[in-house]
Amino acid sequence: MCGIVGIYLKSKKFEKSLGGMLSKMLVSMESRGPDSAGFAIYNSDKNKIYKYSVCLNEMSFEKFKKEIKKKVKFTTIEKNSDHVILKSNKKPNKMLPILEDFSTISLVGYGKSIEIFKQVGKPSNIVKKFNLNNFSGTHAIGHTRMATESAITTDGSHPYSTGEDECLVHNGSLSNHNNLRRKLKKRGSKFSSDNDTEVAAGYISDSLKKRNLKKTLNKGLNDLDGFYTFIAGTHSGFAVLRDEIACKPAVIAETKDYVAISSEFQAMAHLPNVNNAKIFEPEPGIVYSWGK
Amino acid sequence: MILNLKKLTLRSVNEKLQNIDRKKNKRDFIISNPEGNHAICAGLTENIDVTIKGHVGYYCAGMNQNANIIVDGNVGTGVAENMMSGKVHVKGNASQSAGATAHGGTLIIDGDASSRCGISMKGIDIIVKGSVGHMSAFMAQSGNLVVCGNAGEALGDSLYETDIYVKGKVKSLGADCEEKKMSKKHKTKLKELLKKAGSNIKPEQFKRYGSARKLYNFNIDNVSNY
Repeated sequence: MCGIVGIYLKSKKFEKSLGGMLSKMLVSMESRGPDSAGFAIYNSDKNKIYKYSVCLNEMSFEKFKKEIKKKVKFTTIEKNSDHVILKSNKKPNKMLPILEDFSTISLVGYGKSIEIFKQVGKPSNIVKKFNLNNFSGTHAIGHTRMATESAITTDGSHPYSTGEDECLVHNGSLSNHNNLRRKLKKRGSKFSSDNDTEVAAGYISDSLKKRNLKKTLNKGLNDLDGFYTFIAGTHSGFAVLRDEIACKPAVIAETKDYVAISSEFQAMAHLPNVNNAKIFEPEPGIVYSWGK
Repeated sequence: MILNLKKLTLRSVNEKLQNIDRKKNKRDFIISNPEGNHAICAGLTENIDVTIKGHVGYYCAGMNQNANIIVDGNVGTGVAENMMSGKVHVKGNASQSAGATAHGGTLIIDGDASSRCGISMKGIDIIVKGSVGHMSAFMAQSGNLVVCGNAGEALGDSLYETDIYVKGKVKSLGADCEEKKMSKKHKTKLKELLKKAGSNIKPEQFKRYGSARKLYNFNIDNVSNY
């Protein structure tokens, strides 16, 4: 199972209500994934500040704040439940090694526009815990997980982010992820879990160094073996791909103001003007993308 | 009678439709605000008319007997799955496995149906005015599948005795499915099916596909086909 959802706003009209829209979508997909939930929300990347999304796990906020201040001078540290967003002009190549020194925390994503929050528990509790309703942004992706491939942990939750402003959610399972993980590790990719989706995210990040998202996903049709509906996000938009057997569902609703995707239509039933939207299922093996 | 799914629970709506009040004998129902809910109108047994105003989720009108159900919207996976009799008319598009394993009745889809339409169908008549996705009529055993648009890959894979009629292009035929001669008997049947769906397309514009009957029983020469 698992539920996946995403919204890409074509106009500024709903930017302030993006969090609220995504929140309802995630909650209605709770039946498909009650184990854990997470979301990636993209906001303006006009300034050059990097945002590092960190899950503190067992570490207290005060301790983390004290420790990190010794190492880096931050502009801000924002606490949101057991996650923090560090905002800094320090580039990822300098910052990631510093964060890696903290053995107990998990870096869940970084970039100029992305913020990621994910945790174990029911989606309805997760959206409340992180106050998703209060978020605004340009596009967002979410996931509700029914664990099959690896343990129910924060590291096993989606979205997975393995590159700057990149993220991936996945409904399905991959069968060649162990081989692919070994290959990608040799090429320098790093993984923090045994999860199959993290490997797909790593594969996409690795390929994005050479080609655009659409070409990357088309290449993935040959290299990723298994069942999947993917939503892959970048700073400017997202792309959707279903494997060629297409056992894993997806439905898209497009209006002049937004594009929404979800595993089931019921997740979109509350969206504004959805009954007049163009509603269709993405065809198997075809990459659909919005944004640049 | 209007049944508003925003105010009533799905279970209470289905129970009402499954156990109609025979004394009052009201047989016309409208379901409003379906909002993509699953299993709406599942397990109906009476000769009643139900119109659903909006998009529905999975297994709508599953196991239907006798009821005449109209969906004024799109349907999710497995519409009219295992239908025994009656009629289901979808005015929008259908997701995968429409009419799966259904023994009887008629399923009309005005739009497109996605993959595996009519999978393992056992006697139902399915008329799709648009196109169907890959693996449609997979292991289909009996009944008719009419496609006014195109058909995706592996049409009629491992087919038994269902007749498939396609007006447009077939991307590829599945194992043991082949084009068949369209006899007078088939044209008459097809005309009758199209008429049921309110279509006046001429049967001559369709091609008929059926089983080559080579995979019915295990044959060591066919081992590569299994």
